[in-house]
Amino acid sequence: MSIKRGVSLYSFQHETFLGKMDLEDCIRTCAELGAFGIEVIGEQSFWGYPEQPVKEADIQHWHALMEKYGTTPVAHDFMLDYKRYKGRIMPFDEQVASIKRDIDLAKRLGAPYLRALVAIEPDVLVAAAPYAEEAGVKLLLEVHAPLHFDHPWILRHAEAYEQSGSDALGFLPDMGMFLDKFPPVWKARFIRNGVPQKIADYIEKAYEDRVLSEYVIQNVREMGGSGPSIAMAETLRHNAAYDPRRMLDHMSRIHNIHGKFYEVTEDLIEPSIPYDDIVRILTEGGYNGHICSEYEGNRWIEDAVEVDSVTQVSRQQKMLDKLINQYAK
Amino acid sequence: MFDNKVIVEDSLASEQLEDGRYGVSVLARLPYYRGLGLSMVENIAVSIDGQDVQRDNVRFAVRGNMWTLDEMETEYGDRWNFGEKAKVLVVTGEPLDSGSHEVSVAITMRVSYLPFVPTTRDVKTLNL
Repeated sequence: MSIKRGVSLYSFQHETFLGKMDLEDCIRTCAELGAFGIEVIGEQSFWGYPEQPVKEADIQHWHALMEKYGTTPVAHDFMLDYKRYKGRIMPFDEQVASIKRDIDLAKRLGAPYLRALVAIEPDVLVAAAPYAEEAGVKLLLEVHAPLHFDHPWILRHAEAYEQSGSDALGFLPDMGMFLDKFPPVWKARFIRNGVPQKIADYIEKAYEDRVLSEYVIQNVREMGGSGPSIAMAETLRHNAAYDPRRMLDHMSRIHNIHGKFYEVTEDLIEPSIPYDDIVRILTEGGYNGHICSEYEGNRWIEDAVEVDSVTQVSRQQKMLDKLINQYAK
Repeated sequence: MFDNKVIVEDSLASEQLEDGRYGVSVLARLPYYRGLGLSMVENIAVSIDGQDVQRDNVRFAVRGNMWTLDEMETEYGDRWNFGEKAKVLVVTGEPLDSGSHEVSVAITMRVSYLPFVPTTRDVKTLNL
């Protein structure tokens, strides 16, 4: 069993936001790319949810699309708005109930996994785990930059999952935490926003040199940087080149992967995220779940060019296909 | 994200409220990759031709219902869907002159997992 390819419909947000692609267009596109695993954000694809339940007709339509295109539901990404009430955090029991509602939706969609956002408390997930077990689904914490597998918050989650004894709790690493180089599309956007070339070049180099974010921010200030220059430097607070090998300690709980990317070039290279290493290491770890494309370049280029998410996802899928076959045993 | 897609092109329209007061509206989309419950829309700041509109003169309307921004803060039963065009209406008192106007809409969202409260602003010149 080798790594499987999928797409999070997050990737097509530009087109679906503007009504240029509907759900069927998305699913058909994924199938055409040979990415047969589908990840969905309930609150993006199903209007009215969660205040209103997803209509039965919409669920039937979803399953009809899966059958028509030969695709398989992989994950429902839930949000859990624990700040729904201004000035107070949603009570614990209500948070658990909210997750149960999403478990119900995942089950109706036929998705075996749910993506939990990284800010969610471990105890809340542990409390929802028995309900997930009953439903036959797993709750996966999205390990996402600036958090990473050695961060105490993630270690706390890992310990809580072990103590719970539940195999319905796990991880969904987002590959953006392995940001090796400063993404060219970010740099170009910051330059358009007014960052002087010299400062942009400095930040890009400082990132490659792994200089601590706080030093970079201070140095940019001393270079006379303000506004967009500081904002560019501050991206280093939220991103770092963590080591993909850190996933290997957690393979038994990793069941889905976010193939985050900002750009794939014509020659099938993601300039900032080391997919060659990532696929090799995941293969070494025996991973046989999906890597779901998560295109996030749109927001960095939309001010300058028309976003073409389908071309971008298509390129990443070709890249993944090549790497998966290259490393498959 | 979607910074330049908040205000829908060509959507500036004259309005008259039930109490007879005049206003104008634009269609707007939530600058986010999903929908959001209305209680988490913290503010919709509008300015027209450089003049800031008072918060209590802003209304939000979608699918036949209308809220003031204060009312939205405790609306837990409805949401602004992903990509959904909602009407942002401002009470101007007097009708706005026809012709070209610069409209700014800045949306502040309380997003549970973000360590900050983002505001996204779009400015467009629209014809009335």
